[in-house]
Amino acid sequence: MREPLLRLSGLEPFVLTRDIPFVNVGERTNVTGSAKFRKLITNRDYATALDVARDQVENGAQIIDVNMDEGLIDSKQAMIDFLNLVAAEPDIARVPVMIDSSKWEVIEAGLKCVQGKPVVNSISLKEGEENFIEQASLCLAYGAAVVVMAFDESGQADSYERKIEICERAYKVLTEKVGFPPEDIIFDPNVFAVATGIEEHDNYGVDFIRATEWIRKNLPHCHVSGGVSNLSFSFRGNEPVREAMHAVFLYHAIKVGMDMGIVNAGQLAVYDQIDPELREACEDVVLNRTPANGGNATENLLDVAERYRGQGGAKGREKDLTWREWPVEKRLEHALVNGITEYVDEDTEAARLAAEKPLDVIEGPLMAGMNVVGDLFGAGKMFLPQVVKSARVMKQAVAVLLPYMEAEKEGQRESAGRILMATVKGDVHDIGKNIVGVVLACNNYEIIDLGVMVPPQKILEEAKAHNVDIIGLSGLITPSLDEMVHLATELEREGFDVPLLIGGATTSKVHTAVKISPQYKKSQAIYVTDASRAVGVVSSLLSKTQKPGYIEGIRTEYSEVAERHERAERAKQRLPLAAARANAMKIDWTDYAVAAPRFTGPKVIEGWDLAEIARYIDWTPFFRTWELKGVYPRILEDEKYGEAARNLFSDAQAMLQQIIGEAWFKPRAVVGFWPANRVGDDIRLYTDDSRDTALDTFFTLRQQTSKRKDSPNLALADFVAPEGTPDWVGGFVVTAGPEEIAIAEGYEKRGDDYGSIMVKALADRFAEAMAEMMHERVRKEHWGYGADERFAPEELIGEPYRGIRPAPGYPAQPDHTEKVTLFKLLDAEANTGVELTESMAMWPGSSVSGLYIGHPDAYYFGVAKVERDQVEDYAARKGMAVEEVERWLAPVLNYRPGDAATEIAAE
Amino acid sequence: MINFSLPPTDSFKALQAAARERILLLDGAMGTMIQTLNMTEEDFTAQGHIHGPGCRHHHSDHPQKGNNDLLVLTQPQAVEDIQLKFALAGADILETNTFSSTTIAQADYGLEGAVHDLNVAGAQVARRAADRAQAADGKPRYVAGAVGPTNRTASISPDVNDPGYRAVTFDDLRTAYGQQIDGLIEGGSDLILIETIFDTLNAKAAIFAALESFAKVGKRLPIMISGTITDASGRTLSGQTPTAFWHSVRHARPFTVGLNCALGADAMRPHLTELSGVADTLICAYPNAGLPNAFGQYDETPDQTAALVEVFAKEGLINVAGGCCGTTPEHIAAIADHVAGYAPRKIKELADA
Repeated sequence: MREPLLRLSGLEPFVLTRDIPFVNVGERTNVTGSAKFRKLITNRDYATALDVARDQVENGAQIIDVNMDEGLIDSKQAMIDFLNLVAAEPDIARVPVMIDSSKWEVIEAGLKCVQGKPVVNSISLKEGEENFIEQASLCLAYGAAVVVMAFDESGQADSYERKIEICERAYKVLTEKVGFPPEDIIFDPNVFAVATGIEEHDNYGVDFIRATEWIRKNLPHCHVSGGVSNLSFSFRGNEPVREAMHAVFLYHAIKVGMDMGIVNAGQLAVYDQIDPELREACEDVVLNRTPANGGNATENLLDVAERYRGQGGAKGREKDLTWREWPVEKRLEHALVNGITEYVDEDTEAARLAAEKPLDVIEGPLMAGMNVVGDLFGAGKMFLPQVVKSARVMKQAVAVLLPYMEAEKEGQRESAGRILMATVKGDVHDIGKNIVGVVLACNNYEIIDLGVMVPPQKILEEAKAHNVDIIGLSGLITPSLDEMVHLATELEREGFDVPLLIGGATTSKVHTAVKISPQYKKSQAIYVTDASRAVGVVSSLLSKTQKPGYIEGIRTEYSEVAERHERAERAKQRLPLAAARANAMKIDWTDYAVAAPRFTGPKVIEGWDLAEIARYIDWTPFFRTWELKGVYPRILEDEKYGEAARNLFSDAQAMLQQIIGEAWFKPRAVVGFWPANRVGDDIRLYTDDSRDTALDTFFTLRQQTSKRKDSPNLALADFVAPEGTPDWVGGFVVTAGPEEIAIAEGYEKRGDDYGSIMVKALADRFAEAMAEMMHERVRKEHWGYGADERFAPEELIGEPYRGIRPAPGYPAQPDHTEKVTLFKLLDAEANTGVELTESMAMWPGSSVSGLYIGHPDAYYFGVAKVERDQVEDYAARKGMAVEEVERWLAPVLNYRPGDAATEIAAE
Repeated sequence: MINFSLPPTDSFKALQAAARERILLLDGAMGTMIQTLNMTEEDFTAQGHIHGPGCRHHHSDHPQKGNNDLLVLTQPQAVEDIQLKFALAGADILETNTFSSTTIAQADYGLEGAVHDLNVAGAQVARRAADRAQAADGKPRYVAGAVGPTNRTASISPDVNDPGYRAVTFDDLRTAYGQQIDGLIEGGSDLILIETIFDTLNAKAAIFAALESFAKVGKRLPIMISGTITDASGRTLSGQTPTAFWHSVRHARPFTVGLNCALGADAMRPHLTELSGVADTLICAYPNAGLPNAFGQYDETPDQTAALVEVFAKEGLINVAGGCCGTTPEHIAAIADHVAGYAPRKIKELADA
């Protein structure tokens, strides 16, 4: 037989075993016990109120007491609001809650908000037995343990006799009439103030301790608790003495069976470490003894107490927090380097009080701390996810100082420089830009972020209006390259002379050197590989001494790059289109047969399960987004990046669970199939299997590089059967939905760039995972040619399956405008909510589209550079002006567009 | 008023006696069985003639295809036949087809007004299958009124920017569950099975409602409580560990506590071991037939699932076994076969057990 034990739970279980002599119930989230908490609740500052709860749990509270009994607030609503918020904080919600109120309706409201097994504090016989039975039955039906006050119809028990009489009666009623488990009963025999100067109060401590002993001996399995701070009420303001009294009282009460108490876990003296004289004086008072010197215990303690007045208590000496004892500058540095937000408000405030003016805190300790972060980052000892967390700490610190700076009208602090950032017109991708922004902001640069799809005119206007020092442009899709060239031209024309930074997935040093840099002679366009380089580049550009040499160096480098590129391009022989066609891939179609897809035309696919999609996530690109380079899962064990990768991955997993559990994203998808055949270099689609009526055409481009023997000059059309052999192609658009945008903004508003970037990076992964999952379903089900396929989701990353899903705008078909055809055929905008921007980017950004080609020999390739002959032929086939085709294909043209005369002149 | 001293029903005592002798069998999945029937919108609505017991007519403007619970009114024979197959395969306990028969879950189909009829009819249909099976082989069968989690969570905010917001409250759930459980009891359920719990606060509201319903009929029905652990962290969706979950529901004094659905038997084993180690009541497990594949179908064969469930029995972890998503009568027959040779788990002795 095992003894029944008190078993509670939050997110995690709590069992009051024999190994636990005493349970700390945190009291700081009690408006009657904490003036600070009362102020927070009356001001509805729940965010800080949650920090108080979190601190308590971190300081070792095994249960937290929540009390909202304050006359000026709606206690019931405050209880509901706070408990609901606590439920969303796993580091608080892991411990059980003690729902504390003198009003039953507040208690009952609280019981309806907690999924764990809480403790109700308290019920009693005060209103009679019937009422007591009803409330106890309800506590049991809600699944709570109870604290029973030693209180009955005639009042609160003060003497030993009254305490045990009431507790015994309550125990009988609960166990015999209600069926309450005795191990779930906790008696509170009332701690009253001692040393008040009133003689009747002198024995209160002894009465409590004796009653505790009796209860634990005579009422099986139950427990004893008490509100310890009441005891020292007459020593308010003298923390060392109060703490000593509590320690002494607990020492004796715990010995006889008090196994729970409402105490401030962070402020408790250790019995053995109390000054012996003080300890003895306290003991005389608590145990109602005559002091050794024969005097009065209370007066004696009052004398001793005088010497301790004004000394701080245990606050600030919490265990495992030795860094909290360091000077404030070092504390701030520690918080910044380790990304700890908990104490940054108080530390910043302390630094502000010590500083001459608030600005000095930013320019002094905070910037010093961020410099350490920057140095560690530069030295490869910190990684991007950690730096973004540091930025969150920095933002919170600045937020503390801001009101004072505004009050002192020194709002415009000296930033190291002002940088405008924008994702160019037609492009919606901004994860990388945001990361660079955060990293630069960490280094005291002021960032003016214009967001995504910013027209050039706006960039020019804002750059002028803010008198910026640098402009940074970002883009992911190829048409953005042209936008950047255009913007460089405009900067030149408008007479700007600030450096232009270029970054984003499709940008490159070559493109910047060859296409952008020549357009902007008044200053310099500079390609920035990744966020970790941004600080170095920017600081060089903004240093008066370094700048000229740095720009000169870039210019030399870029002109070499451009020259090398020209030479290489000239060396690469391009074939005339006719020759390239003659070397097309020749698939033997004579015996080829492929199953017809299950349906023709578009079909909306519904019922997406986020958890299922998540199984298809390829994590490697996720780490690359955060500039942690390596292959998942090996990166988690990587010597250099492993720790950062693991932390990042665990944060990502936590958010992933939320995304799934709370259905943050609303994925949508459409897929379609059409009877299709190759006609020349293009893929013609038909309305039905009779193939009598053409529906539309996917135009494709052919490689014109000269190939070695046996290697064909590919066009996507080569993988589709010619007329006479039935074949089909498919198309799809999938999206994780636009929800990420609002969610990311929510994080930004709270100053949490880390969360903002994280949710975007995950949304992006979801879209890619959907594309992978959809492709699998197409092969196995909708088209069905791979019905027997058996690959685990993680195996799909290596593309071991039959068929490809090339996307317009990517290497196999660099023409983004083919998306227009695809979207029209799928009625994608109506069916998925995904729209095409003027640059043919998909909005929302977490979307993927492409064609499905099913031939077993189909594979991904790059078209690379194309010649004028193909562009003209392509434009004619497509019915598009040559100039327009040239504009869309600008990044892959192997010639300078314009009239022939110019070209000759240039050569 | 809620009363914790109600006498147990006769079925309760019979079930307790049977559970001492052997591992009891729960049936398999209704949803995936229904899917194989490929019913159309017309089948689901019986060509628009949705009638409850007493010929009450229900109408909704929403499409009903996929509203599996509605079939107890519109295709009762099909549901009964599935349940009969499970019973003849060896199931002692048949679940009613009422997983989503609450006003909250039926709101998606505009059939909030039909929930009473759905639950009464759901229990009656299962009762008929149980009686037919018992007539066939003489073995008693029991009907477990299935109470699902609903599609809302009482302790998680659906709004990321407002973590204090709740789309459903304890009282909303308690009312909805109360209607459901009243109907299930009226239709003849022997047990109440609160299942697929992903948010323990929802389950606590269901327990509260069940206790209220029991008070109305003056009898205590056995309650089965089954959580679901859907991720590798080993916690419920609402974040609780298996032990914390048990502490939260122990006050229901359930006939069984256990786990169902989720990631299949193999992934369930460590969590079941934890629960079995702490719970002073019977343990029930009914996993999916493995993980769903990309089409949402379940690939584990009857023998594969049964071999995994056999491990539970061999390790002395369970008292009741069955199947969730993807399990067929063949799976249940195989499980019955595989666990037959093992003794049921012994409840750990606690002074208050």
